[in-house]
Amino acid sequence: MAHPNMPDTVPGPGAREPILTLSGVHTHIGQYHILQGVDLVVPRGGLAVLLGRNGAGKTTTLRTIMGLWKAGSGSIVFDGRDITKLDTPDIARAGIAYVPESMAVFSELTVRENLYLAARSGPLDDARVDWICGFFPALKKFWNYPAGNLSGGQKQMVAIARAIVEPRKLLLVDEPTKGLAPAIVQSLMKAFRELKDTSTTILLVEQNFNVVRTLGDSVSVMDDGRVVHAGPMHDLAGDETLQQRLLGLSLDSHQ
Amino acid sequence: MTTSTRVPAAQENPDAGTAPPHPVSLPPADTPLPAARRDILPLLLVPAVALAVLPFVSLPSWVTLTVAGLAMGMMMFIMASGLTLVFGLMSVLNFGHGAFISVGAYTATLVLLPMRSWLEMDSLAANLGVLGLAVTVAMVVTALIGWAFERIVIMPVYGQHLKQILITMGGMIVSEQLINVIWGAEQIALPLPASLRGAIFLGDAAIEKFRLLAVVVGLLVFAAMFLVLNRTRIGLLIRAGVENGEMVEAMGYRIRRLFVGVFAAGSALAGLGGVMWGMYKETLVAHMGSEVMVLVFIIVIIGGLGSVGGCFIGALLMALVTNYASFLAPKFGLVSNIVLMIAILLWRPAGLYVKGRQ
Amino acid sequence: MLVKLLSADLPRSRLLAAILVAIFLGLLFAPFLFSGARPLNTAATICIYIVLVASYDLLLGYTGIVSFAHTMFYGIGAYGIGIALASVEEPTWGIALAGLGLALVLTVLLALLIGLFALRVRAIFYAMITLAVASSFALLASQLSDFTGGEDGRTFSVPELLSPGFTLMESEVFGRAVDGKLITYYVVFFGALLLFLFLLRLVNSPFGRVLQAIRENEFRAEALGYRTVVYRVWANVLAALVAALAGALMALWLRYVGPKTTLGFEVMTDILLIVVIGGMGTMYGAVVGATLFILAQNYLKELMGHASEALAGVPMLAAALHPDRWLLWLGVLFILSIYFFPVGIVGKLRLRSYLKR
Repeated sequence: MAHPNMPDTVPGPGAREPILTLSGVHTHIGQYHILQGVDLVVPRGGLAVLLGRNGAGKTTTLRTIMGLWKAGSGSIVFDGRDITKLDTPDIARAGIAYVPESMAVFSELTVRENLYLAARSGPLDDARVDWICGFFPALKKFWNYPAGNLSGGQKQMVAIARAIVEPRKLLLVDEPTKGLAPAIVQSLMKAFRELKDTSTTILLVEQNFNVVRTLGDSVSVMDDGRVVHAGPMHDLAGDETLQQRLLGLSLDSHQ
Repeated sequence: MTTSTRVPAAQENPDAGTAPPHPVSLPPADTPLPAARRDILPLLLVPAVALAVLPFVSLPSWVTLTVAGLAMGMMMFIMASGLTLVFGLMSVLNFGHGAFISVGAYTATLVLLPMRSWLEMDSLAANLGVLGLAVTVAMVVTALIGWAFERIVIMPVYGQHLKQILITMGGMIVSEQLINVIWGAEQIALPLPASLRGAIFLGDAAIEKFRLLAVVVGLLVFAAMFLVLNRTRIGLLIRAGVENGEMVEAMGYRIRRLFVGVFAAGSALAGLGGVMWGMYKETLVAHMGSEVMVLVFIIVIIGGLGSVGGCFIGALLMALVTNYASFLAPKFGLVSNIVLMIAILLWRPAGLYVKGRQ
Repeated sequence: MLVKLLSADLPRSRLLAAILVAIFLGLLFAPFLFSGARPLNTAATICIYIVLVASYDLLLGYTGIVSFAHTMFYGIGAYGIGIALASVEEPTWGIALAGLGLALVLTVLLALLIGLFALRVRAIFYAMITLAVASSFALLASQLSDFTGGEDGRTFSVPELLSPGFTLMESEVFGRAVDGKLITYYVVFFGALLLFLFLLRLVNSPFGRVLQAIRENEFRAEALGYRTVVYRVWANVLAALVAALAGALMALWLRYVGPKTTLGFEVMTDILLIVVIGGMGTMYGAVVGATLFILAQNYLKELMGHASEALAGVPMLAAALHPDRWLLWLGVLFILSIYFFPVGIVGKLRLRSYLKR
């Protein structure tokens, strides 16, 4: 079911174009050269996964897309528009939502206030609330609790729910399952699976390959500030040698 | 296409992935949360201190001292609240905040002095009317100056704390000197309006009328700030921005525009505080603002940078402690502020309430 | 040899070197170049302020710490000498040194306490806490009048060698009587010179380099293995000690201590103005800045007074140029320096010299 506020979309001429393209993006933080020429393509629709070990530059990539850190060189094109030099609020208004790894929710605000704040285009009416709670029914229970009182998994639910309050073309999600119990991870993945069916594209950063191997449609792997592999998920999922080379793990089902 | 309406609870999920069952048992997803725990300890400090002193003084003295302390505390809260909010939201520490206090007081004289005759009338309505007008003028002027100050002086040095401290101090020096240029270098006497002079008596206890007014105004300001922060969209933005400005921007809000508004509002509050402080002391000097700044800083430190509630408690606490200490042990009264500050910091190193990321 | 004396921290600019030499010679021969009490007083004040501001530069310019407690240590040093000498009938060197010793011990203790307590928190917090502590101290000093003389301060006599009545030689030298005042002046001059050279050596040592590293990037310094808190506390203590010694010199010169001349916020403001306008992190900035400032404070005000009278017809302008308002112009210069030449006069001179190559 599509977002209640989303106009009925007819696949336009750009429907086959990737929704996000990074070309040769370099980002420096202080003296550290983190992104060393990132070329990333996110196909429209579906769920794209960005893999890589710690320190590969995945979070920096998301933050650069979002304008929180400025790219020193290179270009970022979103839905046909060059957003490289834009300020964060403008990037958000262009249709990108960001769910950071930690400190995503406002702890002092209640769940209701967190979602209310996200509703920029109009009042948070019942239609929207019902749609969101369709993904995360537990939200209704914690509606008036300060978000800081929730557990890790519940906070993540709030963060993701908040990101979809407004109709979005692209959702950037940074390691949502980190530190969460497997049962919660399952429910989050289920929510993503359902979100995929709306017209929102998701770019998901993950370290844990197992969690995303059945969920992702396309995958890019980063190492040392560059994308070293990109392609359809089922190619990587089916090729154990490739997995070992890129991800350096023995990918047992017990990981 | 239908969406599932339930997230399966942990124990029901038949295929909990290929991972082995988690050893720690999880409560089902619909377990109620423990009720929100409100941090009430700091709230108890003020009544605790007041009651602790009660055995040592006679009741009438206690009443007088407490009202005096509350009055001074309210005025200091009004002056300090702008500073802490600006810092919490913008990470800008305005060492020149005292300038707005002085400017507010002096601007008020533009109304109060010509309308002296109205102030001499023994009619509460007339007096309050003139005061209200003076306060409005003062607040508008300080808000405008604050707006200009933020755009011209502070914006170029966002994020550079060292330069901010130096530049805002410079700004205060210059404004104090300008006050002397415009209004002359001598003190200006500001007698209280006729109907607010003297005291009312509750039994044996004398309560000065002006102090009562200060308490009322302080409570109104606090109530107004509380309502704005908790019941309006702007307040929501400010509270979220204090906690995590970056995230607010990532939600599409141009938070920089909010900064100027909050700064101007903070300056206006300082102006209001200045008018009241000037009347409390019944004289104006150009450096009255910087005189008070040390106390304002202590209050902001005690309360926690960015917390309006902490600022309120901190201001009342400091004023009460100073009053009681000066009465009971005059020499100690001088350092009671520092001792209080150290005591609070030993208990809670970041102040009574911690807001946002430290 | 000169290079070694200056710890290899050369002026690096012909103009700057010339100015420094002029200031040095001017101060060295001041009693003989100028007659009368006022120029000598100005010269002595310049010497002391150079050291006071240079010690503050150690904190602000080299370590990046903003502290408002500096004048407190200046005052402690002054009061140490002052109270000791005021409480005895016969002022002796022994008493003076004992007072100084106690003052220095108190300085170290306070500097350690403040440093350990507050340097673990954010810079903003530290600045506010030092402000609070310093004003309480000032308030205490003016209230404990039996001890400190309160608002009026205390005058006292100095050891015989330094007292004005004492004469070393019967005849005059270059027009100056060789009396206690002259001797005191040279005590102040050489004391200040030694302290300044000590600071110069300090900032050019490995210790000084670590301080600068901490100022630039504390995180990195910590990552490289330096316990930044330890270094900052040391910087705090050393700067405080030098400030206290400067205060002692001032007390000896004036034969008076009082809260206004040592603990007042005006002194702190003066220090800040000088260090920014002169040039932070250069040491020589303190020399050039202090000289300019004290000269202006003493002689420019006269100029302003004349200008103000001349413009008596234009009320606002006349008021703005009134000598009491000289802080207004200084404040404007201060703000402009922060924006437009954040490196100060010395930095600007060095930059010009560098660019000419």
